[in-house]
Parts: sequence; structure tokens; C-alpha cells
Amino acid sequence: MHHHGFGIYPSLFYDLPRLTNTMLNYSLKQLSTLLAAKKISSVELTGEFLGRVKVLNPDYNAFITVDEKMSFAQARVADAMIASGQAHPLTGIPIAQKDIFCTKGWLTTCGSKMLSNFISPYDASVIERFNAAGAVNIGKTNMDEFAMGSSSETSFYGPVKNPWDITAVPGGSSGGSACAVAARMAPAATGTDTGGSIRQPAALCGVSGIKPTYGLVSRYGMIAFASSLDQGGPIAKSAEDLALMLNVMVGFDTRDSTSLQRETEDYARNLAKPLQGLRIGLPKEYFVEGMSADVARAVEAAIVEYRRLGAETVEVSLPNTKLSIPVYYVLAPAEASSNLSRFDGARYGYRAPEYTNLNDMYQKSRAQGFGAEVKRRILIGTYVLSHGYYDAYYIQAQKLRRLIAQDFAEAFAQCDIIMGPTTPTVAFDLGEKNSNPVQMYLSDTYTIATNLAGLPGMSIPVGFSDNNRPVGLHIVGNYFAEAQMLNVAHQYQQVTDWHTRMPHKLTA
Amino acid sequence: MQWEIVIGLEVHTQLSTQSKIFSGAPTAFGAAPNSQACAVDIALPGVLPVLNRGAVERAIRFGLAVNAKINSPSIFARKNYFYPDLPKGYQISQYELPVVAGGSVKIRIGRDENAYEKTICLTRAHLEEDAGKSLHEDFHGLTGIDLNRAGTPLLEIVSEPDMRSSAEAVAFAKILHSLVRWIDICDGNMQEGSFRCDANVSVRHLGSDKLGTRCEIKNLNSFRFLEKAIDYEAKRQIEILEDGGVIRQETRLYDSDKDETRTMRSKEDAQDYRYFPDPDLLPLEISEDWINRVKAMLPELPEAKRNYYMTIYSLSAYDAGVLAATREMANYFENTVKLLPASAKLCANWIMGEVNGRLHKELMDIAQCPISSAQLAGLLLRISDGTISGKTAKDVFDAMWRSEYGGDADTIIEAKGLKQISDVDEIEKLIDDILAAQPQQVADYRNGKEKAFNSLVGQAMKATKGKANPTQVNELLKKKLMR
Repeated sequence: MHHHGFGIYPSLFYDLPRLTNTMLNYSLKQLSTLLAAKKISSVELTGEFLGRVKVLNPDYNAFITVDEKMSFAQARVADAMIASGQAHPLTGIPIAQKDIFCTKGWLTTCGSKMLSNFISPYDASVIERFNAAGAVNIGKTNMDEFAMGSSSETSFYGPVKNPWDITAVPGGSSGGSACAVAARMAPAATGTDTGGSIRQPAALCGVSGIKPTYGLVSRYGMIAFASSLDQGGPIAKSAEDLALMLNVMVGFDTRDSTSLQRETEDYARNLAKPLQGLRIGLPKEYFVEGMSADVARAVEAAIVEYRRLGAETVEVSLPNTKLSIPVYYVLAPAEASSNLSRFDGARYGYRAPEYTNLNDMYQKSRAQGFGAEVKRRILIGTYVLSHGYYDAYYIQAQKLRRLIAQDFAEAFAQCDIIMGPTTPTVAFDLGEKNSNPVQMYLSDTYTIATNLAGLPGMSIPVGFSDNNRPVGLHIVGNYFAEAQMLNVAHQYQQVTDWHTRMPHKLTA
Repeated sequence: MQWEIVIGLEVHTQLSTQSKIFSGAPTAFGAAPNSQACAVDIALPGVLPVLNRGAVERAIRFGLAVNAKINSPSIFARKNYFYPDLPKGYQISQYELPVVAGGSVKIRIGRDENAYEKTICLTRAHLEEDAGKSLHEDFHGLTGIDLNRAGTPLLEIVSEPDMRSSAEAVAFAKILHSLVRWIDICDGNMQEGSFRCDANVSVRHLGSDKLGTRCEIKNLNSFRFLEKAIDYEAKRQIEILEDGGVIRQETRLYDSDKDETRTMRSKEDAQDYRYFPDPDLLPLEISEDWINRVKAMLPELPEAKRNYYMTIYSLSAYDAGVLAATREMANYFENTVKLLPASAKLCANWIMGEVNGRLHKELMDIAQCPISSAQLAGLLLRISDGTISGKTAKDVFDAMWRSEYGGDADTIIEAKGLKQISDVDEIEKLIDDILAAQPQQVADYRNGKEKAFNSLVGQAMKATKGKANPTQVNELLKKKLMR
């Protein structure tokens, strides 16, 4: 972990934890109320969480960069905003930022050696929006290199650990953010989701996460993996907190041509709506094979709970689901192979120390700067775009992508919301799938289709496996149904307490 | 064996937008290196392109001017390759579905009785971004990269292989050059690279309908180089084929110092650019309404002007072409001829001769001409009404060019006493004096020596300091010598 600016906050040497269990579970709204009432200052709150980061991060490796000086500077600005009555709902609240978002003055690595020396000269749109809201950046979270991975093990900065079991992966690629929230090192965090990178780690770490409809959160300044699939979103403890995070993150941005110009909405507006009459679609393809018994049990129990809340279930079909993974692993690497071309050692980032000519500089810088998974995907992407293969792979995959989206359109004619497991299994062990990339890719089986269709998807915790690893429920809504999805999740969280559970040894 | 040369051109025109095609950085030429490259242009991690509406509008304007189809949607694609002056590692261009499809322009080759017209078809015109510049000279053992030009909007105009000689290729390039300036989408500055040609050249037996293997020649930044490069390349190919060799498809570079083309890269080295639609840019949709608005603002096109000059002013096709080469030139001509409607040919000759010649000599363009069209008309009026001779008019023109006496022809003629002597009695008396003084030359003339006559005319003109009307002098001299 990169540590800058020591000793500004005097209480960094205290033992874990000073925040009480109850306080650790405070919602963003509760924290905001405390700040508004001057019960605690943003500087104090930031210090409390930085203190937890300092103690816990060496074990969990959730953060790549922590910069107390910068965080406290923001906290002081937030305190001034609060004092002058200019506070927004997130003013003064520490938020962990995935290291994929360019953050001015901060090291922004995307989990790669390639950017291990890159101090961003500008803020991503998402960062600008948090800054404008007066939120405090508490650090940059660890992730799979360039968001390519489902376990946060491909990071140049080493693997992130699952707070529920240090021998398990936290999922990925937003594993650092999910871990930070699960271990209560931050009240909430940002993530990005190209094939499940918010929802899968949220599920594996027992927290909540939502990937909004493609185009709602600006991609400007969010380092691109697969442009047509990438979407930023929040990871937090509850649906209610996700709503407040979305209120900050969503918004039209002229700097992103794929950004959608829509009227501003309050994502918390429907939270309290009863679920009476809600039609939940259960895709028959999700409940047949591949799902582990633990996951099936928890998901089915959650469905039962929803029936109790007044929802009804209907069987729907997403026949092309099984094609999602092959389609994704053509399109995402194709885009990635081109998106990552700019990392050539010429203008910024890693450059090999020795080289003989231009091509040698490119080859060595990229060979040394990228990890194995990134190289694998660049190779796949380059291949599928090559002359003679483009029609067979890329064009074919684009056609199938349309069919997959069509499946959802037909399903949503019969239901309001689709539910299933977020992942086929709970968190696997560190190193377990490293040698078998295809096995790793299969952990995104249920989440990838929503990215291909551009639909919003979220995950909320609904139980545990026999070995005490969290299970996530996947909720997919129609385009722009975020407020409804958050309502559906929130109603469940009003009658269950899975989302308040904390890894035992991290509690007070 | 008769050979036929087959030529197609690719012309890169730099569009005259204030800012770049996908970023807000300025496009002005000549700024300090890397001072006009923003985060998007240098391809920082996370940045995204946003299309410049002005660039699209200029492409539409071009499409309408050549009667092409405006595609909607059109698609931006990434052309992937590594080079230090290409910051993203790909160029955003158009591949399938360019913004402009088809269209044609009419060219005219030659100016005498062998002159002919020909229609050259366009394949397409697409929008793309320019790359930066690699500077190898100023840095010993290193290459400097200037990204000011990176992201400058280009419209690449691609012709069909419709040209059969370097003269046709030059005529086509000149017509395009004139057109893009006419419709105000490009400043046409070839030195600064705003208008650059690549030529695809192949040869085949005359009468064959199969295209030969072509070579693409790059780096043709003047019409003269375009002509010379094509001539050299065609000769090179013909020589190879006549020696029983085969042409290798390749990209060649024209070296103007040596006047030759040489291999840059062969087809075997050709890169696979892995084009695919840019996921950062949605398909570009151009509404009928937008097209109609652009159409309404389009000026009268040069071809229409040429036809107008030929029918209304009875100018030759060549003269009409020169005067309709730029909007400024056409305006100048029209404003002059408006004041002298009966002397269109005189106006045309003076503008194409004296005015253009002088501008050319002083490296100026018509917009900088120190003599206004009204002032020129004032001068030409005095030629047509016989106040001064054409020869004297050139002296007056010089004085006007130097803005003497406010550049007013009448004032200059008056002040310098240049008014032509047209009084018959006065000239007759003068001639009588000369004849009396030169009996020998009179005798010579009467003995058939024509030269003697010219000498007598010369003396008459000299005696009047050129102010005598030469036609009158001629006539009177002849009349008197006949006696």
C-alpha cells in the first residue's frame, strides 16, 4: 500500500476499533445526520475509517493507495461545507474509490504495473461528482488488473482477501471495494462492472452492489476495459445506501458520447413502496445446472421471503444465456485489445528500462508492464479482430448479443424484475482457479448477460454457505428500473438482516 | 505496345474547424509543440472522444457539392496500429459506412482545341482524425513527438481509378482544391499540409479492362510533385513490365529532390488494422432536416459559375475556369465586370494576366490585391474609351499597385499626363515632320522594306512619349506613305 502524509491525525495508533458495531453499520443517511448535528466532524469520521484501514488493510490488501493528507484536506473542506450549511447528503462521508477512476493528484494504477507510476492529472466524472458532493476520498481500492478478472488476484499489487475468510477470494474485479465495505473500512465504495465486476464481489463479500443501465454513469476518466460493457456503480452495505450513492454518480456528461441525457431522478424515492403484486421472473435456465446447493438454498429462501412480502413469481426463459460467456469473451477482449493500445510506454506509465529501438520499447514495456490475464485478453481480442476472423467471431458475437438482449425484452413482458443467484458458487479459495481461466470466467455466468444487454443488475446478500461464505441474490431490472430494483432490495433488507452481518473478528 | 496509365487519388483535406474532431483543443497551425494537445489528444487513461459537429457539417457540405449520398447512419471505426505519434494506438476513422458515398466532379484538361472534359467519380469521403508529428531532426538519437496535429479533423476523399494521365490527376486535384476552398471547408494550404494527395498508380495494355497491380504514392504536397511522381511511377512500371517483370503492390514515397519514387512498405508488410466500430462513438445519424439546412447555406458552386461566365460573358472554358477557381477570384471578376458589362473579355484578360501575374509574383492572393475591383474597372474603362493605350495602362496599373494617388486611374492619368493623343490634326502634323526628316526611310519603305515602317511608327510614338494612339498613327502613316 502506498502511504503518503503521515501523522496529521493524532489517533492513528489506537487499536481496532473505536467505532462501535452499531456505528460501523450506520447507513450513509445516519452518518450524514451525525455530521449535520455536529456529533462528529468529517475529519473525525475520516480518521476513524483511516484508522481501520491502517489496521486491517495489511491483512486484506483492499487499498492500493491511501493518502491521509489528501483525505483530511477533503474532510476539512467538507466540515466547512457543513458549517456553512452547504452540505449534500454525502458531504463529509468517506468513500473508497476503485483505482480505475482517474483521480487528480492520486496514483491511479488500475491494478497494473503499467500504471504503477501514473499520478492522474485529472478527475474522472465520477470523482468530480463525489468531490462536488463534498464526499471524502478515503483511498483507491485494489482490483484485478485493468478490471480483468473475477477474484482480484490479477492485481499487480497482490490479491485482495475476503473479509469473511482470509483464504477465500473477494471476487472481482472490484474486490478491493467490496472488501473495504464488507470489512467496514469504508461506509461505501465505487466499482465498475463489465461482466459482473460490481455484483460478483458484492455477492462474495456479503455486501450490496448495483450496476446501473449502461449510459447512466459517465465513463469519462474511468479507465476503459470494454467500452460497450463498462459501467460504474456503487458498492455499499444496503440498498438505501446504494440509492444515495447513485444519486451522486448518475448524470449526463457531455464528455462521454455514450452518456444518456435524462431527467435527474432520486433513486431513493421508491424505497418504501410495498412489493404487493410485484411479478418476479425466475429464469428456468438459471436454476438447472452449475449452481451449488448452498447458493440454491439461500436464493430459494430469499424468493420465499419475497412471496411473503407480497410478490408473485413466474417462470421466464432466457434461452441464450449459455451463449453469454462465449459472446462476452469475444467482444470484451476485442474492445480491450484496442483500448489498451495506448499503454505503450511512450507518454506515461511504465517503460522498460532498456530497449534497442521503437518496437523493442513497445514490446518490452508491454511484456513487462502487463500481467498474464491482460496479455491473454489482448491476444484473444487481437485474434478475433484479425483479417479473416472478424466476421466469424466479432460480427457473429454482435448478432448473438442482440439475441441475448431480445431474450430479456421478452422476459420483461411477463415480469417486473428478474431474480436468480449472482454467482454459481460462493467465494472460492485463493489460487483455486488461477490455473484455469475458463473456470474463472464461469463465475460470471449469471451476471454477464446484463452487461451484454446494457441492463441494470444488482446483488444483495441473502445468506451464507455451510462454510460461512456469503451468498448473493441477483436482481435484474428493465432499462432505467434502478429505483424499482432498489425498492425491491430495500424491502427485503427491511425484513432480513443479512446485510448488517459483519465478519466476526472485525467487529468491536 | 501501347500502355494506359490508371490513376485514383486519395485526398486528405484538413477541415477548417476551430477545434479538433474529438476534443476541444484548438487546431491552429504553428503553435509550440504539444501546446495544443489536451488530455483526449494525448490519450490519457480514461478519456473519451466526442464528435465535433462542425466537422460533420463540413463533410455534409462536401457531399452536397459533389452530388453524393450522405449516409445516415455512418459509423466511426478504429484503425489499430502502433506508432508514437498515434497516442491511442488507433486512429478513429470510418471504414464501412463513410459519411459521404459516391458523387462526382467534372474536370477539364488542356486549353486549346485539344481540350476535353471528363467526369471523375468519387468512391467516398470519410471523416477521420489526423495523427501527430514525429520530429527526427532536432533531437540527436531521439525522436520528438508533437501532438498538436493529433485529432485535427480530416475529410479523406477517395476517387475511383478514373484518371488516365498525370494531367487528368492534376486537373482533378486542382478542381477538388478549388472546391473545398469554395465551400469553405478547408483552407487549401498545401505547405501546411491542409490538402495532401496520395496517388494510386497502375498501368495496363491499352484496351484492357483489367486493372494492373497498383502502387500507392505518398507525400505529394504540390500539384507539380503529383504530376512528376505519377509520370515517374508510370514510366517505372512500364519499364518493369516491358522487361518481363511484375509489379509488386506496395506503398511508395515520392522524393522530390531526386524526382523518384521508392519503396516505403510492400504489401507483405502491410499491417492488419483490425478495423472495428468504435464503441465510444455511437452511429452518427444525420437528419434530412440538417442536410437541408446545410444545402440552403451552400454557395453557388464553381461549375455553375463557369457555365454562367461562358454563356453570359462568352468567355472560353479555360478563362471561365481560371476566374471561377476561387470564390474571391470570382467575386473580383464579377465586381469588375459589373461596372464594364460590355468589356467582359477585357476584364477577364486583365485579371488573368496583369492582376494574377502580379499577385503570383508577389506571393499574394486576390484577397490581398491592393487594387480593388472598382479601381481596376476605372482603369479598364479608360482603355475601352480610348483615353489611354493598353501599353500606357500597364504603367497606370503599376502606379495603382503602389497605391499612388489613392490608386485612382483617372487621377494618375491626369497627374502624369498620360492621356492619349487622339487629335488627328496633331498627329498628322507630327507625322509630316517625321517624314520630312527621314527621306531615306520613306524611300526604303516605298522600295518594299517593311522594317522602315516600324521605325517610323516608333519615332512617332517616341515623339509623343507613347501618348499617341498607335492605331491612329499606323493608319495615318500608311495613308501618307501611299501617296
